[in-house]
Amino acid sequence: MNDIDLTVSIAGVTLKNPIVTASGTVGNGWEISRYYDLSELGAVCVKSITLNPREGNRPPRIAETPSGILNSVGLQNKGLDFFLKNDLNNLRKFDTKIIANISGGTIEENCEIAGRLGNEVDLIELNVSCPNVKQGGIAFGTNPAMVKEITQRVKDKCKVPLIVKLSPNVTDITETAKAARQGGADALSLINTLIGMKIDVNTAKPVLANNIGGLSGPAIRPIAVRMVWQVACCTDLPIIGMGGIISGEDAAEFIIAGATAVAVGSANIVNPAAGLEIKNQLTDYLKRKGIQSVSKLRGTVKIN
Amino acid sequence: MKNICKIIKKTQLCKEVFDFEVEFSHRPLPGQFIHVLCGDGVFLRRPISICDYNEGILRFSFAVRGEGTKRLANHNEGDMLDILGPLGRGFDTGKSGEGTAVVVGGGIGIFPLYFLSKRIKTEAILGFRTKDAVIMEDDFKSVCSAVHIATDDGSYGFHGLVTDVLQGRLEKADVTSVYACGPMPMMKEIKRITEDMGIFCQLSLEQRMGCGIGACSVCVCKSKGEYKKVCQNGPVFNAREVDFDE
Ligand SMILES: Cc1cc2nc3c(=O)[nH]c(=O)nc-3n(C[C@H](O)[C@H](O)[C@H](O)COP(=O)(O)OP(=O)(O)OC[C@H]3O[C@@H](n4cnc5c(N)ncnc54)[C@H](O)[C@@H]3O)c2cc1C
Ligand SMILES: Cc1cc2nc3c(=O)[nH]c(=O)nc-3n(C[C@H](O)[C@H](O)[C@H](O)COP(=O)(O)O)c2cc1C
Ligand code: FES
Repeated sequence: MNDIDLTVSIAGVTLKNPIVTASGTVGNGWEISRYYDLSELGAVCVKSITLNPREGNRPPRIAETPSGILNSVGLQNKGLDFFLKNDLNNLRKFDTKIIANISGGTIEENCEIAGRLGNEVDLIELNVSCPNVKQGGIAFGTNPAMVKEITQRVKDKCKVPLIVKLSPNVTDITETAKAARQGGADALSLINTLIGMKIDVNTAKPVLANNIGGLSGPAIRPIAVRMVWQVACCTDLPIIGMGGIISGEDAAEFIIAGATAVAVGSANIVNPAAGLEIKNQLTDYLKRKGIQSVSKLRGTVKIN
Repeated sequence: MKNICKIIKKTQLCKEVFDFEVEFSHRPLPGQFIHVLCGDGVFLRRPISICDYNEGILRFSFAVRGEGTKRLANHNEGDMLDILGPLGRGFDTGKSGEGTAVVVGGGIGIFPLYFLSKRIKTEAILGFRTKDAVIMEDDFKSVCSAVHIATDDGSYGFHGLVTDVLQGRLEKADVTSVYACGPMPMMKEIKRITEDMGIFCQLSLEQRMGCGIGACSVCVCKSKGEYKKVCQNGPVFNAREVDFDE
């Protein structure tokens, strides 16, 4: 059925198709693999890994907002050792690439995680943009000089290509994008969640126990598309675009804006088979448009 | 698993509570839940307990709370619903012991207990705000050896809390297990009571959910000092293992 060429390349790593899972929305793949074969995906990007286990924030950690989700999970994960011993072996059973998203609280922690991951994974995604932790996270991600420094130091320890995941909570995303490039990033991914807040007007209390959280889902898609386009205009690095993708046409929109691959996040939370469905819809879109290869779609936006 | 299910029966149990029967091909266990897409304009699914299952027909009941349950209630017989499930870990009926099992439900917490009461012999203690909110009394009477109703305002049955009724009932020493679902303060008190008396107790907890399948880590509760996922490690937990001190 597939006469369309879906393969894309991120910093020399070939993905069989441009559909990736967005970190934190499919755990480490165990659960969604009961809904479809993960080998259908271009890559699986796992939940942020920290050196030691992290318990995360108090609940409630989620709220629904117009066409979106606010979350404040706070990087709950079982730590690097657990990942290496358990999750990784399971993911290797699938014919897909593995992206390890790392989210240390300090530069040193990120360096250590990257070093110990070695070439056990295909790509490393450095999360400098998590809005749900006090230290690290977004503190790195909004300051171009910090982004450059952390990228440089982590890149030094990486045996596989490094993706830097950018925060949208900045005035000008092209500055942090360029800083990551100068630091030696091999690819960029964007966007992480936008900081938001929801208040219950009956009790005057914020709905999230953490008061604020990260906004994702279709509500943020236009912002994400705009940022992908801006970053594509100012760097030649491959981009993994994400933010509110729930259909094949949404995926196409990011690719037209300049993304090489796309990540599906919140859609997985609503529909565990979203990744597979979006891949099939993107294929249908390309067929309908008579485009033989998905890479021919990249950056084809006709600016007015 | 994901199912597209036809609604074959819709009834209204009281002012704000609806009862649906849908075609459903997976056999669930008591205490498991389904995760339902509610309709246009509502992004996330909503978790609802399985109230009954019989030969391909699944029953669930829900109170209209906010936008999600409001949209869900707008559906009619013949409409299709996108349902994930059955999900989660249900009640452990193997440890209920030789004596009487008691189910304790508060408000919308009564629904999973009906399915359980059809599987094991139980007595029921059900609490409601007021007489007009009392629902499913006949259903429980048809499957339980006794049904005690309590209302907050005393307009029907016992005037007071289900936990008071439970305490009284436990004075006869024949009860060997308690299964409960309801508001947090009620469950906290039931944990205390059953722990003091050394009675096996399971609680079905509620938490705001995202994926419902264990992938997103948003639905946690504290259990033995660490965060566990209500959708995957629960919703039913051994009362002893739940930490309420938050
Ligand atoms: C495992 C499980 C089983 C459930 N079974 C049933 C059932 O059988 N029948 C039923 O009527 N309800 C049940 N609930 C609660 C039901 O999921 C919520 O009432 C519903 O999600 C509210 O959605 P909404 O959009 O209508 O309201 P929202 O606008 O989202 O919220 C309205 C109010 O409901 C509360 N609420 C929202 N989500 C939840 C939640 N997941 N758990 C607890 N409180 C919540 C909020 O605090 C708020 O005050 C269950 C919840 C869980 C976790
Ligand atoms: C519940 C949830 C948890 C997330 N956890 C992480 C995480 O651990 N690390 C990370 O880099 N991004 C995390 N994200 C952000 C997503 O990877 C993605 O960047 C963002 O949600 C935008 O995409 P979407 O709109 O498709 O969800 C999380 C998002 C959600 C909704
Ligand atoms: S709701 Fe996603 S892990 Fe429980």
